[in-house]
This record gives sequence, structure tokens and C-alpha cells, in this order.
Amino acid sequence: MCGNEAMAEAAIQAGLDAYFGYPITPQNEVTAYMSQRMAEEKRVFVQSESELAAINMVFGAAATGKRAMTSSSSPGISLMQEGISYLAGAELPCVIVNVMRGGPGLGNIAPSQGDYFQSVKGGGHGDYHCIVFGPSSVQEFADIMPLAFDLADKYRIPAIILADGILGQMMEPVVIPTNSKLNTQKLKLPKKDWALTGAEGRKQNIVRSLWLADGAVEQHNYDLQAKYRQIEKNETRCEQTDVDDADIIIVAYGICARIAKHAVQQAREQGIKVGCIRPITLWPFPIEAISKAADKSPIFLVVEMSCGQMLEDVRLAVAGKTPVVFWGRPGGGIVTVEKILEKIQGLVTNPKKK
Amino acid sequence: MMQKVFTRPKTLKDCPTHYCPGCGHGIAHRLVAEVIDELGIHGKTIGIAPVGCAVLAYDYLDVDMVEVAHGRAPAVATGMKRTNPDKIVFSYQGDGDLAAIGTAEIIHAAHRAEQLTIVFINNAVFGMTGGQMAPTTMLGQITATTPQGRQADGQGYPLNVSELLAVLPGAIYVERCGLCSPAHIRKAKAALKHAFELQINNAKGLGLVELISPCPTYWRMTPPDAMLHIQNEMTKVFPLGKLKG
Repeated sequence: MCGNEAMAEAAIQAGLDAYFGYPITPQNEVTAYMSQRMAEEKRVFVQSESELAAINMVFGAAATGKRAMTSSSSPGISLMQEGISYLAGAELPCVIVNVMRGGPGLGNIAPSQGDYFQSVKGGGHGDYHCIVFGPSSVQEFADIMPLAFDLADKYRIPAIILADGILGQMMEPVVIPTNSKLNTQKLKLPKKDWALTGAEGRKQNIVRSLWLADGAVEQHNYDLQAKYRQIEKNETRCEQTDVDDADIIIVAYGICARIAKHAVQQAREQGIKVGCIRPITLWPFPIEAISKAADKSPIFLVVEMSCGQMLEDVRLAVAGKTPVVFWGRPGGGIVTVEKILEKIQGLVTNPKKK
Repeated sequence: MMQKVFTRPKTLKDCPTHYCPGCGHGIAHRLVAEVIDELGIHGKTIGIAPVGCAVLAYDYLDVDMVEVAHGRAPAVATGMKRTNPDKIVFSYQGDGDLAAIGTAEIIHAAHRAEQLTIVFINNAVFGMTGGQMAPTTMLGQITATTPQGRQADGQGYPLNVSELLAVLPGAIYVERCGLCSPAHIRKAKAALKHAFELQINNAKGLGLVELISPCPTYWRMTPPDAMLHIQNEMTKVFPLGKLKG
């Protein structure tokens, strides 16, 4: 199964009620898969007229308390930013998949990680965050999907799965989790008593992001920020490999982490102590893990398929305690084990060189 | 014993609105509320407020409501109705919302034959933002962005969205009414009721009622003159009556 299909099936198993999407490469397998499977499951599938419409259809379904998702790729996700800001403002849960491609503009259809800033720093207007996951294998796509829905519901927040063209297209054996209902019970998700279900026998429910009274939006923002602090505290996830004794720590996510881990292994075989921190949640970012690792003064090497976006968050987490260097390729260029190894060897011979 | 023969509809909240004197929104809200009451759908109706003067419609209409991005109501409504076929979903949209920024969404909701009821308020101007030109602004009409009056050359012609929608197979009912006299208002109510009934009866397609609505403030007229302006001038460009269904 390719990554795109694994995400789709995992979402269905996680209790997805409705999928809305518009064609764009390299994520078309999600939409095509959903068109078949959602019909089989007698659930909702709509091919929308635009990404603007798709995200607003998600908004509509989510406002009634249903589990809804969309998927797209970079230019389409840009179009959705208006809707994502409204979802964040109205505190509606949903899942948005971005199978990133090269940009800016129409860019190309090659894999990229150029949408990191857009995903973790808000993306649309206003002060907000989405929970952002950066899975690095087809299996992890499938494993994270039910979690993304659960956390979205738990915190009433949009969750983004930030994938790339390689992971989306790559085929691997995968076990789709089917116990997501158990998971949901374990989490004790709150009842969606805010949802629009018709005001039969109760007071009117209103889903809104407009607060005109003096100071009301300011307060709404403080409330959102309090929620974000809770999420930072409870939901930050990362994977640490060979970090304890490392002289060099690679920080990478998604497909880059997958490639970087091979470089770590080969460097270790050459006697170079390299480790890897792989953020699984990109927001909330694993600041504490990186900060703690920085206390032992390794050199941090950030590897991304961009010109250095997550790099800024690593620098903030390291807070000047130790050097942070970067290697990456933008616009569809793919990082390789050899190049990362070369970079590592360069740091060993000349550790001060940035 | 005195008998109460006329009262506020249950679905209309007992509060003053923020609308200008002579504005048509108050009438339109009341008609929607009366229809919801009479059809007995209060408990299963979900309404969508637009961006525009009616953004706070949920402060006046006592049903479950959502406020959505400018123009996107038909897409939001699609998401709601598809996942809740047993609910009655309506959007309430102005001409800036539906005829300018949301043209794609309304055309495609109709094109997909979504089972929705659309209340389209056409007052030929952007009210909320200070009286700018709308796609429906009349030729020669002075607005904040057509200080010399709208000219076809450069500013285009009034856009007849209802006529555009009526040719789509998925739009099963399209009618234009005027909120410009008691008789017209009674017709408007009947049209709204029919549009909601279609959805209640699971008719396969979209129903839209366009209401030509007075905006005395930005038309720079008295409320009675605004009513007459609809009857005498606007109906020449936006003819009243059933376009489809």
C-alpha cells in the first residue's frame, strides 16, 4: 500500500464520516481511494470544486460534530488557509493532510518539506496553531491517523498530517490499526455538546469565530493560547536515536529522518558518534528534548528538504548553547545518505565550520 | 376573553436588531422565522450566517447556527447536509457574499444538486463595509466605490445570479421576490416556504429565493422611497417571479 492509501484507510478505520477533496498531485491516491471506499462504507465523499470549497465542506461537517478530513498538496493547502484559520477560530476538529511538493508558486510535483513554516506557525491569519504531525513511514501514517482524529476532537483543533511526495507515493507493508474505537474510549473524548445538531429540546448552539464585543476576541485568544499550552505540555512527541553519547545530533522529520537514520548508522560504523532526534509532532515542537540534548554540547545538524525552516525552531530550542548547522535541498531536491555522511565527516574534521 | 391573533414567531428572538431603519433584513429574518415555525422544523434546522450585515443573524434567529467565511456558505452547507441528511440546512447570504466572492460555491452547490435552501438577499450594495459596489449594483447607482455612479464600461453590468442558476439542472427551484410592499412580502414568504418544503420533502436539488431588499442607508433614500425604488427601478433589471420550478 502506498502512503496516501494507508492514510486514507486508516482514516476510515478511525471513524471518518466525511471526506472532501480536490485533485492535486502528488496526493491524488487519497481522493481516488476515498471515492471508492467511502461509498462502500456508505459514508460521505464529495469531490469539491476547489480547495476553498473542500475545507469549507470540512468546516460544515465538523460543525455538526462529524469526523471530517481533506487532503491536498502545497498549492491547494495555501488555498485552504482561510478555512483553516476559521476552523481554528471556531475551534472545530478535523484532519488535514498535506502531501508537500516543491514550491513556491506552482513549483513542481516533486517531494518537498517547504510548507513547514505554513503548517506550524499558523498559516492563515490570526494567532493560532494546528497540531502538526510529521510521520516518516507508511506504517506511521496509518498509526498517527486515529491519534490525529482523537487529539483534534479532544482539543477542538484542526490536526495536520505533514507528509511529502516520497512518503505519499512510497509503497510499504502496513498494518492498518482497527482498534481506534478502543483508543477513543481510552482517551475519554469529551461529548460534542457544542455541535450543531438542531436545537431540539435545548438552547441554540452557535459555532462562530466573530466576537465583536469590546475585548472579546482578546479573551478568545487567551483561551486559545491556554489550550495551546496544554497541548504543548501533553502532546509533544519525538523519537530519539543514539542521542546520549552523541557528538553530533541530526534533527530531521518525515522522509529526511528516515534517510538521516541510515546516515547515523553508517557514521557510527565509522566510529563517529552521531544521534538523531526526530520530531513526530512538529507543533508542538519537542523543545525540551532538544534543549536537554543541547546541554551536553553536541553539534546539531538540521536536515530538511527546504532552505531551512525547522532549523529556526531547533535554534530557538538550542538557544545558543551549542552550534546548529544546516543542510538541505529545496524545490524537490532529495537528500541522500551519502551527502548527510559527507556533512557529518566535515563537522568532525572542522567542528566550528557552519 | 381577548385572543392573541398576531405574535412574534418562536424562532425570532425578542430583541432589537442592529439593522438600520428601513432595512430589509428584519423583514427577511421574520419571514424565515415564520416559515420555520409553521413547518415545525425549528428543532432540526441548521442555519448559516454570511459575512455581511446579516453576520449576526444567529443573534436573532433562534436555531442552531454557524457563521462562516465570506461566500463559502454553500460549501459549508454541503458538508452539513451530506453528513446530516435528516436536518434542514439553509444559508442566508447577501449579494456580496453570494454574487461576488461566493459565486463558485453557489454555482457548484447547485450544479451538484445539493439539497439546500438558499435565502439570497440582494440589496445591490455591500452594506457592512460601508456601501461599496456589489455585482448587483444598478447602472448609474452611486456607491462608495462608484462615486460617479456605476458605469458598464469598466465596472460591468448588474449580475443576475438567479438567472444563471436557473439554467442548471441541479437548481430545482429559483424565485425572485421583492421586500417592497405587503403584497410582495406575502409572496416572498410563500416562496421561502416552498423552498424549505422542497428540502423537507427530500426533493433532489437546490432551492433558492432571491429577495430584493431595501438598503435606505446606502441607497441614500428614505425607507418608503427605497421600497418604491425596488418596485419602479430594480425590478426592470431583476424581474420578479419564478425562474425555475
